Amino acid sequence: MIYAQILAGGKGTRMGNVPMPKQFLSLADKPILIHTIEKFVLESRFDAILVVCPADWLSHTQDLIKKYISDERVHVVTGGSERNETLMNGIHYIHENYGEHDDDVVVTHDAVRPFITQRIINDNIEAVLKNPAVDTVVPAIDTIVQGTENKIDDIPVRSTMYQGQTPQSFNIKTLVSSYESLSDAQKETLSDSCKIVLLAGQPVKMVRGENYNFKITTPYDLRVATALVETRS
Amino acid sequence: MLNQVYRLVAARQFEVQTVAETVTDNDIVVRPRFLSVCHADQRYFTGSRPQSVLRKKLPMALIHEGVGEVVNDPKGEFKPGTLVTLIPNTPFGTDPIIKENYLPTSKFRSSGYDGFMQEYVVMHRDRVIALPDGFDMQMAAFIEMISVGVHGLTQLEAAMDADSNTIGIWGDGNLGYITATLVKQFFPDSKLIVFGRHQSKLDYFSFADKTYLVDDIPADLQISQAVECTGGRGSEMAIAQIVEHIRPMGTAILMGVSEDPVGIDTRNVLAKGITLRGTSRSGRADFERALKILSASPVTRERLQNLVGLTRKVSTIQDIIDFFEGDLTNYWGKAVMEWDV
Repeated sequence: MIYAQILAGGKGTRMGNVPMPKQFLSLADKPILIHTIEKFVLESRFDAILVVCPADWLSHTQDLIKKYISDERVHVVTGGSERNETLMNGIHYIHENYGEHDDDVVVTHDAVRPFITQRIINDNIEAVLKNPAVDTVVPAIDTIVQGTENKIDDIPVRSTMYQGQTPQSFNIKTLVSSYESLSDAQKETLSDSCKIVLLAGQPVKMVRGENYNFKITTPYDLRVATALVETRS
Repeated sequence: MLNQVYRLVAARQFEVQTVAETVTDNDIVVRPRFLSVCHADQRYFTGSRPQSVLRKKLPMALIHEGVGEVVNDPKGEFKPGTLVTLIPNTPFGTDPIIKENYLPTSKFRSSGYDGFMQEYVVMHRDRVIALPDGFDMQMAAFIEMISVGVHGLTQLEAAMDADSNTIGIWGDGNLGYITATLVKQFFPDSKLIVFGRHQSKLDYFSFADKTYLVDDIPADLQISQAVECTGGRGSEMAIAQIVEHIRPMGTAILMGVSEDPVGIDTRNVLAKGITLRGTSRSGRADFERALKILSASPVTRERLQNLVGLTRKVSTIQDIIDFFEGDLTNYWGKAVMEWDV
């Protein structure tokens, strides 16, 4: 089975003094999260689409989905305290409600990347059916500098540098076994889901994202996103 | 729904624009699959329309010929995955006399109204028709152009006199080939003669009863009815030859688009009582008739599949530019891109 998991667990701590988590803020008259879900429901190959949100915002998320989305495949699940726990909560929901199958895959996506395209979703599905894990990337435009304490340690060759986006897609069995092999310290510090399978020695396939598939994290991002969207006259 | 629209902003320059779409019960959301390039698109791409026109119409998504896959129908009439042909003419009114493609209030895709180069196209419900099984997708991409040929010949049927002995087609390009193919279905008992400038292109018209190079037409040759499919600068010479070779009271359907006005020998048009009838674009009825003809005639489908020329999958804006550039040097056939952007 092919699942989608939209990660809406963020609390919006980088969005300044905004009281509401960023995925619920409005872009072109709709919550950002709804724009993202709308893209996923257009893909008929998904057997279920999970929206994983903070516990405090569960009913709010359910209300929004009831208002804007009419697709029985969409389910709201409570997330965890950090990204990978949120991800694994969604996997537990899948196991409890749909069972476990060796060829199950999940396409995970940040709720705050509403500019996701059909092509990127399709490329993820195609790639994850053939590979244990998939990351969506764009080539780095700026030079990436690695450093500590205000000093450069290294300047890697730019042509081998990419910026990670989402979706990140996984064979669920591989993801679970990789996650279980991590130490508690690793689980707490890992900010990227693909690194879970990478640390377990599994290959991660890259698919091409788009520069405009950016994450709306700061007030500046939201202003840019708002400026990018035109309303059809 | 946030939709990525790939618009031409200036000659040879495309940009992606995010558009917030509203999907009503009267709409259907379609994912374009195969898109076919028309000369009209190329005139925008190369910037060969007058600057005043470009200023008015751009930025705009190009392409008005395509086949797509239904991804969402709010009413559930079309199942997701249904392949549909897309009707670019979009009426916003009706008239008991005037056909939808001549109503000034109608909007036409890729002519001041975004065409099909979009991530998803939100189409009015009556602007899509399910494709019969077994159609070649690349051929299906240019059903719109086939419907234009159907429209031209339907207008000929309505306007012509009783003489259907010989039908002459001027033009050895894509429109000439499509229309000639359709003549064999509309007028199966008529003699089909095709007039063109290139012997190598006329060689593709193996189903025609006779072909002539336009500088080698016998002086005494007569045709009953004519269809002009040249357009551009060739229109003037084609119309002059039609007026010369058509029998009195014959009808000529004019289908080729010319940017500049062309001279017409009205003295002989009057003297011979010739009917000149312009046609442009097509409507839903023409699409339906085109699908009926194609479904019933495998040989017509096969002939039209032979018109598929340049084909390529496009995934990036650079791919799109390369595809349009490639089409400019493509000698024969329709350029069809597999839309994967």
